[in-house]
Amino acid sequence: MQDRPTIDELLEALSRYLQDDVMVNTTGRISFHARVSANVVEMIRRELATEEDHLAEEWAGLDGLLGAEARPATLQAWRARTLERNEELSRRIAAGDADSGEWRTAVFAHLRRMSQLRLRVSDPKLAAATAND
Amino acid sequence: MQTEEVERGLAAFVQRNTGARAVRIENAARLSGGASRETWTWDADVEYDDRVERIPGILRANPTKDMPARAARELEYWVIRAAWESGAQVPEPLWDGDDTFDTVFMTMKRVDGETLGPRFIRGEQYAHAREVLPAQMARSLARIHAIDGSKYPQLAELPRPEPGAGPGEAALDGALQGFRLASRDPHPVFELAFRWLAQNMPPAIEPTFVHGDFRLGNLIFGEDGLRAVIDWELAHFGDPLEDLAWVMMRSWRFGGPKPVAGVGEREDFVRAYEAESGRTVDRTTLRWWEIFRTLHWGIITISQADTHLSGRVRSIELAAIGRRTAETEIEILNLLEGKY
Repeated sequence: MQDRPTIDELLEALSRYLQDDVMVNTTGRISFHARVSANVVEMIRRELATEEDHLAEEWAGLDGLLGAEARPATLQAWRARTLERNEELSRRIAAGDADSGEWRTAVFAHLRRMSQLRLRVSDPKLAAATAND
Repeated sequence: MQTEEVERGLAAFVQRNTGARAVRIENAARLSGGASRETWTWDADVEYDDRVERIPGILRANPTKDMPARAARELEYWVIRAAWESGAQVPEPLWDGDDTFDTVFMTMKRVDGETLGPRFIRGEQYAHAREVLPAQMARSLARIHAIDGSKYPQLAELPRPEPGAGPGEAALDGALQGFRLASRDPHPVFELAFRWLAQNMPPAIEPTFVHGDFRLGNLIFGEDGLRAVIDWELAHFGDPLEDLAWVMMRSWRFGGPKPVAGVGEREDFVRAYEAESGRTVDRTTLRWWEIFRTLHWGIITISQADTHLSGRVRSIELAAIGRRTAETEIEILNLLEGKY
């Protein structure tokens, strides 16, 4: 366990520095890249706060499409196995399994939900705007 | 490149091309944006025996000489010149580059105005521009698509479909190759799109010159609307409907409520283009290109991130674009389900 500040508190400090000091005291490319960097820091904060919940939902969705499977114990193995299961899903789509029928409907519902969860991290405004699509 | 290098090189380059007695370069500065190219703005005071002429200019250069460049990048000068001569609204081409710098470059006249999409959508001063821009875009697109490739032998190097393949097949094939090459992760939504696009391929047509990146963000505008079409590095021979589809993508509406550059209705724009070009737009084929172009932009987000991840060009901007893939996926799902 590290001392305070927490990861999120440190990232917030970094984000403020980029916005309040770097962006306002620079112009052109440097200022633009400081803005991009601040956006990236905010994205990291959102991802850290939600990653386990989003992975759990993705895993449950993949269970529904590909068959149930026990969740790996560590976060690292869980991420790696999630990628492999998405590769399997991709192969089945490419082979035509999602061309029609109930499985297609289920695949669309799952992928729509996953894209929505990723947008909540990368672009919350767009996530809100497309939430009811 | 450094500012001094640009100033020194440009002074000699402009002097050689104008035959002037002396040339002084002022206000050289690198512009932000354009992650894959360096763009510099500058003013040249060109001194002849009897007068001094001031030329406001733009220099476009690859970041490094050995950067894997498409042919199109080195052809940018000829592409803009062809568009200029065809009557499209583009910056006036000045001179094609030589060996002045240690990289490929070209020069054109600077057009004043803005390029940022959100300012166009929201700026009070652009109310009139928002009214007139869609029709102006339709007119310029019609003129770009009227460029006769056979009149410009230099353009023969631009990408074009293999003989026997239609623009749709060529585009889908290229996208698939780009995707397999750049993507480190699976993207099931893209697999859905690839499959649908292959199964609904439009009939092959004779390829036409197309801009390839025609959209809000790559247009210089002012209070009077469109001033110049820029960013020609993706020009190629393909289906003119590619360009119409690209204009309408959600990512290029910058939060605006309507499909065409955020401010225009789809059908008004298509009709204006038909009237200007004399072509008939097949709506089903246009829809195919809308789905293709959304997928294509998704693949670009992946490959720009890959440009950073591979170490070819380290850039926070390129890295951040990798997280924009999800927005194209939502849009692909909507389009595949028939939601516009």
